[in-house]
Amino acid sequence: MIVERKPLNLAERLYIPAVANGFKVTWRHFKRTLFEGRTAAGDTAGGFHPEVPWRVGEGYRGAPYLVRDQDGATKCVSCQLCEFVCPPKAIRITPPGPDGAPADRRNAEKMPREFEINMLRCIFCGYCQEVCPEEAIFLQRDYSLSGTSRAEMIYDKEKLLALGGAHAGLRKWKQKEDEARAQEAFPPAAS
Amino acid sequence: MDWQFLAFSLAKILVVFAVVMTMVAYAVLVERKVSAFIQDRVGPNRANPFFARYIPYLGMKLVRWGIFQPMADALKAILKEDYTPAHVRKVYFWIAPALAMVPALLTLAVIPFGSQLGAQKMVIADLDVGVLYTFGIVSLGVYGIVLAGYAANSKYPFLGGIRSSAQMISYEIAMGLSVIPVFLLVGSLNLSDVIGAQSGSLLAWHVFKQPVAFFVFLVAAFAETNRLPFDLPEAETELVGGYHTEYSSMKFALFFLGEYAAMISVSAMMVTLFFGGWTLPFLGLDQPAQSLWVGLLHILIFFLKLCVLLVGIIWVRWMLPRFRYDQLMDLGWRRFIPVALANIVVTAGVLAMMHR
Ligand code: SF4
Ligand code: SF4
Repeated sequence: MIVERKPLNLAERLYIPAVANGFKVTWRHFKRTLFEGRTAAGDTAGGFHPEVPWRVGEGYRGAPYLVRDQDGATKCVSCQLCEFVCPPKAIRITPPGPDGAPADRRNAEKMPREFEINMLRCIFCGYCQEVCPEEAIFLQRDYSLSGTSRAEMIYDKEKLLALGGAHAGLRKWKQKEDEARAQEAFPPAAS
Repeated sequence: MDWQFLAFSLAKILVVFAVVMTMVAYAVLVERKVSAFIQDRVGPNRANPFFARYIPYLGMKLVRWGIFQPMADALKAILKEDYTPAHVRKVYFWIAPALAMVPALLTLAVIPFGSQLGAQKMVIADLDVGVLYTFGIVSLGVYGIVLAGYAANSKYPFLGGIRSSAQMISYEIAMGLSVIPVFLLVGSLNLSDVIGAQSGSLLAWHVFKQPVAFFVFLVAAFAETNRLPFDLPEAETELVGGYHTEYSSMKFALFFLGEYAAMISVSAMMVTLFFGGWTLPFLGLDQPAQSLWVGLLHILIFFLKLCVLLVGIIWVRWMLPRFRYDQLMDLGWRRFIPVALANIVVTAGVLAMMHR
């Protein structure tokens, strides 16, 4: 669509309607806030931030946390893709190595020994969530992170898992596991 | 030069400096409050020093009105790390903030902010060429910004510096030309005489006698102080912060204060040139004061007029969008300079007809 631009008349070129309307609008808001005590925050949330925390909607991309699956097992398999993709290098993963603890999820090869996200570096870009093949890390609804030292702002695996909670998503190796179980049963169940 | 003159001048300088710096601090607060109200917010209302609790009744109200916020801001500006990036040109980087601040304060020297207290005229320097001095000093203001843009040695400050030099130099012409009719009417360049010429009735104020001159001066004043709608040198949305992008802590604060001090000084100029200075056209308030109380009242009148203009300037910032750069130049050179020139010719012509 082509918007036709009408030539401005003299009053418009002298900015008279612009100034008049500008004043009308600004005065209306000024008056409403100053004399009637109404504010945007008051109208929408019922108060101001620290006292009345802002409730963000579902799907908000706040701080990235690790999640557990429905059985309470760590979903992360320490593939380190998120560490690699993270633009500000906020993630640091220590893999279990050849003799680390086995994954607490059956059919998963390993899980990280340590998983740290430096929340001071994280830019909440969501790349880690996007790249994760296991749906193990999600940007969640926390937006107001604070601490009294830099060290405190590096969240470790335990903390991330505790904050992340359980996720009702895909259980990637569930079907494989069920199949394996079914093959071990004898006589095989009639299908 | 006698000692008394020196002592009184010094006292006046100190008092004016203190008052202006306080006004700057609170102009920032007013700016934040007004902007907040216009945008349905509440503005600073949390700065709560330990002694606020002990002020009976008013204490919490003052906190809510943000009265203590300037203190917190000042403390923050002083305590912050003063970071000098490695790529800047050090010498200019250091003197630019001072150069931005000083001219704004110097112009206040010739403004008559009251009639007299006792035998003392309430102006720091009662120069016979007052307005020439003002324009001379105002044109120095551009150096602070240009030097800051050059010294920062990176692209956004540089662009801001270039813009501001072009903008301020062009609008200085319009500003200088716009006040000539006023002085044609008054017949003197002394600002006290300008005020004297506006006594008598409300219609003697130059804003009514010379509305065109006032309008051109007003617009040029916005451009000279880098206020919206002409704040292209710092245009946050396009130039990050313009000329002060690379500055931090107290150096940045100096630019900030300089901007508000410049606002105060152009408002003071406007009050003096167009709104009758410390006079009010009734109750005999337009004659130099005989008693101390009337003298103080005159200062108060001047102060109130100044505040009204300041709030006006602040309000405009939240009302009008920024001009584009070419529109700004076009407006300055192809509209305001011809208008101001025509105004001079017409005023001179009328005066010549009347005095024949
Ligand atoms: S959200 Fe972005 S910055 Fe934060 S940890 Fe994930 S990839 Fe890194
Ligand atoms: S969170 Fe996902 S991407 Fe990151 S290491 Fe674990 S499984 Fe891999």
